[in-house]
Amino acid sequence: MSRNPDRPLSPHLTIWRWGPGMLVSILHRITGSGLAVLGLALLTWWLWALAAGPDAYASFAGHASRWYGLVVLVGLTWAFWQHLLSGIRHLVMDIGAGMELKVNKFFAVLTVFGALFLTALTWFLILGVNQ
Amino acid sequence: MTARQDTSTPLGRVRPLGPSAHGGGHWIRERLTSAALLLLGTWFVASLLMLPGLDHKTVSDWLRSAGGAVPMALFIIAAFVHGVDGLKVIIDDYVHDTGNNLFLNGLFLFAGIGGAALALFSLAKLAFGAPA
Repeated sequence: MSRNPDRPLSPHLTIWRWGPGMLVSILHRITGSGLAVLGLALLTWWLWALAAGPDAYASFAGHASRWYGLVVLVGLTWAFWQHLLSGIRHLVMDIGAGMELKVNKFFAVLTVFGALFLTALTWFLILGVNQ
Repeated sequence: MTARQDTSTPLGRVRPLGPSAHGGGHWIRERLTSAALLLLGTWFVASLLMLPGLDHKTVSDWLRSAGGAVPMALFIIAAFVHGVDGLKVIIDDYVHDTGNNLFLNGLFLFAGIGGAALALFSLAKLAFGAPA
């Protein structure tokens, strides 16, 4: 836990060329933090508003359908799919599979495009239902 | 003859460690809740998409039924446990000062338990309360 600040840290984040593995690794942490803090707060607000009655729910839905609400919801949808897909990738790597350079890189890239596709699909379906 | 190598996995080596043999407990729980959320999270998103609308009555009726309320309760529990566990990994990786580390881990643990309690209470009120 404690570190002698007089000793140098070995360089890490700044010296490596960014690759798909690094990107997906940090995206997994960012999306996980966003889902845990913002996502769970919104889930709780939504459930509380549902239980509190139609007026409280209308207030939630009002914020959710404004531009800033939609930005947050689309962002959380993307975070959900990105975290789910890179999470599956982590479970596969936890059993020791998918470590070969080409395979690892391929599935890292696949999670990024897969999450963007599923986010677009989700909102296509939501907007279709609301019509 | 060479010395016999330790062929156990890193997880296998830490599992018997710790004061109550739970050396790998946090790591394992994070994976188990992730597997649960793979099902429950997909169920949550798919359910919202398949509801005929997202108005108060439609969503309330759905969460009053056993098929809505029970998986939702499981989703709330799994999501909060996984969220607190995941934030702890990030905090432990980046916050090395013992005091700050304890403060942040404590803050998110309490916030997570409080949020889960509020979410479960709201769900119970909805499910067991009189229809509006």
